[in-house]
Amino acid sequence: MEEKNIQEEGSCCNCMDEKLEKELDEILEKYTNSKDNLIQILNEVQIKYGYIPQIAQRKISEYLGIPMAEIYGVITFYSRFTLKPKGKYAISVCLGTACFVKGSEKIMERLKQRLNISEGETTPDGKFSIDATRCVGACGIAPVFTVNGEVYGKATVKKLDEVLDSLQ
Amino acid sequence: MSEEKMINLKIDNKDVRVPEGTTILEAARKVNIDIPTLCFLKEINEVGDCRMCITEVEGRRGFATSCIQKVEEGMVVHTNSPAVIEARRTILDLILSNHHRDCLTCVRNGNCELQSLAQKLNMTDIRYDGVKNEYEIDELSPSIVRDFNKCILCRRCVATCKKVQKIGAIDTTQRGFSSCISTVGNNSLNDVNCTFCGQCIENCPTGALHEKESIEEVWKKLKDPETYVVVQTAPAVRVALGEEFGMPIGTNATGKMVNALKCLGFDKVFDTNTGADFTIMEEGTEFVKRFKENDNLPMITSCSPGWVKYIEMNYPENLKHLSSCKSPHEMFGALIKTYYAEKENIDPAKIYVVSVMPCIAKKFERQREEMKENGLYDVDAVLTTRELARMIKSANIEFTELEDEAFDDPMGEATGAGAIFGVTGGVMEAALRSVSEILTGKELEKIDFEEVRGQTGIKRATIKIGDNEIKVVVAHGLGNAQTIMEEIKQGKADYQFVEIMACPGGCIMGGGQPIKSSKTRMTVDVRKKRADAMYTIDEKSKIRKSHENPVLQKIYQDYLGEPGGHKAHEILHTHYTEREKYRI
Repeated sequence: MEEKNIQEEGSCCNCMDEKLEKELDEILEKYTNSKDNLIQILNEVQIKYGYIPQIAQRKISEYLGIPMAEIYGVITFYSRFTLKPKGKYAISVCLGTACFVKGSEKIMERLKQRLNISEGETTPDGKFSIDATRCVGACGIAPVFTVNGEVYGKATVKKLDEVLDSLQ
Repeated sequence: MSEEKMINLKIDNKDVRVPEGTTILEAARKVNIDIPTLCFLKEINEVGDCRMCITEVEGRRGFATSCIQKVEEGMVVHTNSPAVIEARRTILDLILSNHHRDCLTCVRNGNCELQSLAQKLNMTDIRYDGVKNEYEIDELSPSIVRDFNKCILCRRCVATCKKVQKIGAIDTTQRGFSSCISTVGNNSLNDVNCTFCGQCIENCPTGALHEKESIEEVWKKLKDPETYVVVQTAPAVRVALGEEFGMPIGTNATGKMVNALKCLGFDKVFDTNTGADFTIMEEGTEFVKRFKENDNLPMITSCSPGWVKYIEMNYPENLKHLSSCKSPHEMFGALIKTYYAEKENIDPAKIYVVSVMPCIAKKFERQREEMKENGLYDVDAVLTTRELARMIKSANIEFTELEDEAFDDPMGEATGAGAIFGVTGGVMEAALRSVSEILTGKELEKIDFEEVRGQTGIKRATIKIGDNEIKVVVAHGLGNAQTIMEEIKQGKADYQFVEIMACPGGCIMGGGQPIKSSKTRMTVDVRKKRADAMYTIDEKSKIRKSHENPVLQKIYQDYLGEPGGHKAHEILHTHYTEREKYRI
């Protein structure tokens, strides 16, 4: 079940919002208000913040004249876009065919158990997040998981534990 | 004019000749060959999503999706071959495997396109009983309940909301097995840009969308001897209610409806058309004043609550253009709890006013804080046409066998002008009849304003009244309303009076009306039939101008004073508020 309500960006004071709004305006200024620019803009926001804050969705909606529900549809369709900030260490476990038959599901289970969160979630301290990915193009060393893009091949539960311990 | 190119093909061994560009589905229906559909909705959702309408085309690999596949010269089509039937059953099997199949307790039991397909295709067993999605039901809004456990992802609601109404409150989100129709952030419809027009409900083939029911509350009040339960019925209800009992589309069932309401035990059965006459008196008077003083023109009608919510959310800077009049049923409710209560010596706190409406936005309107008189809501419950039909069925009343009965006095007398309120252009026409006579002091020679009738999305006309020329615009459907609002916003509006109704066709096609299947809508002009019935009621009315309604004249004389006067303002007018589009 997907999460109810988009998580508010971790700010409690207006000045943070204002700063964010200003930055978003600067991003939007670079594009014309053609609906075709939606994915480009989302991509830029995703890269800058590591997720698409709700305020960004609202501003993009106003700027491009696209209803928020449609933007939300695009964000949730592409796995590249996320609604929550990723952890400091973004861990992805490949569940593609090769990794899967080599037992990557066990790695995923262990990861979820250790961090006490589900796929697509971030630990409350913001340190770790878990994602399931499809093929990362490293089938030869399956199963694999990645930490901030760095690939760990021929993974085992033991190896995962070691990596996690080193990141603490 | 260039001649249309004709295409010859064979469908199920029948020779068919149709213009180029016709789909196989349309061509087949022309020769009475039925192809089942689910996601298809003529002119609104023609996407070939569900693949229920597949057919076999000789010499072609795979199946052709007939709702989008255009005919070609010499094509040989088989719509019901064993292979087609088997494939359709598999598709349906897969859809049903992820569907909450609690048909017996579903609000659409007996009027569900999925259910009738299952019946037609003899689905006695579900072969793929795998994992099911489980969704929370969204019933936070006062108007709409969304139950995605019954959604089949046909996207008819999305197309209606986005393309026809141009709102986009819902869209397709997520992917794969998790795909679902959702608002932004999966929030309640109550907290997003939804106007509660209910067109999504009208277009849903299953029970995934329906109105928030008020039936139980009404039964409870009907049982309570201490409560004086008054019911009023909107103009558009009477021309559609009969459909729920198998009567032909466009049947005027006023007499039977009144009888049924009396059988259900309502203490008084009044006519919202009388309320509409009051609206015309007030709105007409307001317009004459604003026209003479050139005050915030154009003036826009305010009787469609979906439209009012729309402008409050999308064009708050233009709220000054809205008429300050309450909608007819609210005016009427207010009069019942003031004038009528006083006259009959009933404690208004013991009166329970039920409005039967073709609309679900009225459920939202009813609970607006502005719609109160001395701390009491003007209207206590709103039932849709469909809900009333359900109550009549529950009470085991043989609707079609009922004798005709008349509305109760003294608030049952209405004019033809009040009747046509339920169809696009009707409010404008009713207003023009009275405004003309108020402005000129002379009787109109011709009271039919044909130029504002009909189904064109935006109707523009210039009406000569005495020495004045009044430019008027009539728009229906929120997509068309948007066009008008953009003109006003950009200072391009050269007209003085605008009528807007949220639903395409007006209240006769409102979100609370009987639901017609995609096939019926493809083959029958439901809008026209219901509209014709409304105009016939008007034609046959003894009095056809609101200001000539004797009941209305008496109430102004005895109680309200002048139209637009102080007391009338207090009881019959309201105000509007800027509303956030997204409360998330």
